[in-house]
Amino acid sequence: MSEVLVLVDHVEGEIKKVTLELLTLARSLGAPSAVWAGPGYSDAARARLAEFGAEKIYVADAEEIAQYVVAPRAELLARLVADRSPAGVLVAATGEGKEIAGRLAVKTDSGVITDAVGVGDGFVADLSIFGGGVNVRSRVTRGTPIIAVRPNATPPVAAPAAGTEEKVALVLSDSARAARVVERVTQEKGGRPELTEAAIVVSGGRGVGSADNFAIIEELADSLGAAVGASRAATDAGWYPHQFQVGQTGKTVSPQLYIAAGISGAIQHRAGMQTSKTIVVINKDAEAPLFEIADFGVVGDLHQVVPRLTEEIRKRG
Amino acid sequence: MNIVVCVKQVPDTATERKLRSDDKTLDRDAADGVVNELDEYAVEEALRLKEAHGGEVTVLSMGPAKATETIRKALAMGADKAVHLHDDALHGSDALSTSYAIAQTLKKIGFDLVILGSESTDARTGVLAAMLAERLGAAQLTLASKVEIDKTVVTVERVTDYGHDRVEATLPAVVSVVEKINEPRYPSFKGIMAAKKKPVETLAAADAEIALDQVGLANAWSEVVDFAPAPPRAAGTVIKDEGDGGAKVAEFLASKKFV
Ligand SMILES: Cc1cc2nc3c(=O)[nH]c(=O)nc-3n(C[C@H](O)[C@H](O)[C@H](O)COP(=O)(O)OP(=O)(O)OC[C@H]3O[C@@H](n4cnc5c(N)ncnc54)[C@H](O)[C@@H]3O)c2cc1C
Ligand SMILES: Cc1cc2nc3c(=O)[nH]c(=O)nc-3n(C[C@H](O)[C@H](O)[C@H](O)COP(=O)(O)OP(=O)(O)OC[C@H]3O[C@@H](n4cnc5c(N)ncnc54)[C@H](O)[C@@H]3O)c2cc1C
Repeated sequence: MSEVLVLVDHVEGEIKKVTLELLTLARSLGAPSAVWAGPGYSDAARARLAEFGAEKIYVADAEEIAQYVVAPRAELLARLVADRSPAGVLVAATGEGKEIAGRLAVKTDSGVITDAVGVGDGFVADLSIFGGGVNVRSRVTRGTPIIAVRPNATPPVAAPAAGTEEKVALVLSDSARAARVVERVTQEKGGRPELTEAAIVVSGGRGVGSADNFAIIEELADSLGAAVGASRAATDAGWYPHQFQVGQTGKTVSPQLYIAAGISGAIQHRAGMQTSKTIVVINKDAEAPLFEIADFGVVGDLHQVVPRLTEEIRKRG
Repeated sequence: MNIVVCVKQVPDTATERKLRSDDKTLDRDAADGVVNELDEYAVEEALRLKEAHGGEVTVLSMGPAKATETIRKALAMGADKAVHLHDDALHGSDALSTSYAIAQTLKKIGFDLVILGSESTDARTGVLAAMLAERLGAAQLTLASKVEIDKTVVTVERVTDYGHDRVEATLPAVVSVVEKINEPRYPSFKGIMAAKKKPVETLAAADAEIALDQVGLANAWSEVVDFAPAPPRAAGTVIKDEGDGGAKVAEFLASKKFV
């Protein structure tokens, strides 16, 4: 079976869930080989990748790889593509993942498909475009298929494999050293999962009413182990930080469960959440367009409904 | 400093967007064309950098004839001149061909700094800036929420999943911007009038030394196999809160094994 390269997405050695999803997906396409780039590799990391099906693990853990933007990782993958002729390459469709995919595509003269929500036989990718209005199947026709897959496309399933390690010594080109990271600022995560990766997202909109009231959205999120999101109306009002905005100009999320409170459902908001598997809507206006795509909706005041919901969940938990 | 801003015309997201049944490309005639929203932030940033450091701002857009509306809007905001890459051979280009065509044009017109939006609203691939950096051998300073220039050194704050990185490079560089970088200005009446007189140079593929076997639908590196309207989501249950709304949602979540 031919190899499928999976770029490991990790923050300083901590492997992100999306990597396990990609390994799961790669097993249906060929033999998964994980590609580790940057410092932080450990026995625990090796064990985790093997547990989720990595037959091989290519390790390039030089400090230097993390010191420059994107290009070193594209260079590493390009070298492996040249040496191993894999059947395809999967990366996470995060902002950075897509950039890596883009540079890799140019380097290897290969087509690239971004934001896949699924990948089937022959690396045919499923996409959801125009704010979820149209489903498309696309494929790469020249070179090695390079596909950036959205987090939560597949539930991660363990399937232990050999996880044979192979060190890769990478000598960076000068052009890969053009953009140097001089400082890395890590924000307090507050214990919540990351927005684009979270299995559950609870978002608040203009109906929340104030920055202080976002506390009830956060409490609901915490009762579910969820990430918090916000509509643009809420971020523009300064009630919640911009990086949590969901939608066309914000993050795209595709969680198992999306709960929207006080969000009307403008097309630009839907563009960022329409591929969520289950959608729950709480809004006092029965005509709010978001109810059209809700699996379960409550017409009511979120200031009543949300705290009661949190209380119920805590009772059950 | 020679700043080039890449601006794309996209269909208005508020109108219905479609793919063409004949060649499966975006139907650009079906919807009104507007400036890709993030590109207004890119233009704004270019203008601010020019105001602070001097130089010239050139708008570069690849697109059909009607993309001139988008170019005029960027000129009305205050850009100095524009280049419109317009050739039927470019129709249906994918990200690789688009980045190739734009890179060739940039090589022809020259640049110190190229600024893009980080993502378009139609194709949303978010790869173009990285591809341009790769093709041009220029530094990649993308996903920027802040840009500073000191002579030939550019420093940006790059938005990451965990916070941000401060990234530094020497010109030439390719920057892409995120929404929180600035607040784009509205074109003034004076700006709109002035834009009508600003030079817009139209280039065909051959003018920018773009090889025709590297662009267009027939030479794309990827293809749409098929497409269909998303099936409507099965109608869900909507209840009215009678004081028990929270409990009802909890029951629903339990039935789906979320709690
Ligand atoms: C180019 C462009 C890009 C955009 N990008 C984005 C984007 O990325 N993300 C995004 O979200 N938006 C985006 N927007 C904005 C979008 O069009 C909407 O304006 C925005 O999503 C509205 O946010 P909202 O639903 O919170 O507010 P509103 O539309 O004002 O809706 C508030 C809702 O809350 C309900 N409500 C009020 N009080 C209560 C209460 N007490 N209990 C229950 N319900 C209540 C109301 O009935 C209403 O339905 C973009 C717009 C443009 C033009
Ligand atoms: C729904 C849809 C899905 C697509 N998916 C893919 C895909 O998976 N893979 C693929 O290879 N192609 C894809 N394409 C083709 C894609 O539209 C073109 O490659 C496009 O020209 C560049 O991609 P983008 O708009 O996504 O760029 P992005 O990288 O999202 O755009 C970033 C910035 O690049 C600049 N820019 C982009 N286009 C232009 C332009 N024409 N002129 C000037 N500046 C510009 C703007 O500053 C913009 O903000 C898709 C097209 C559609 C309509």
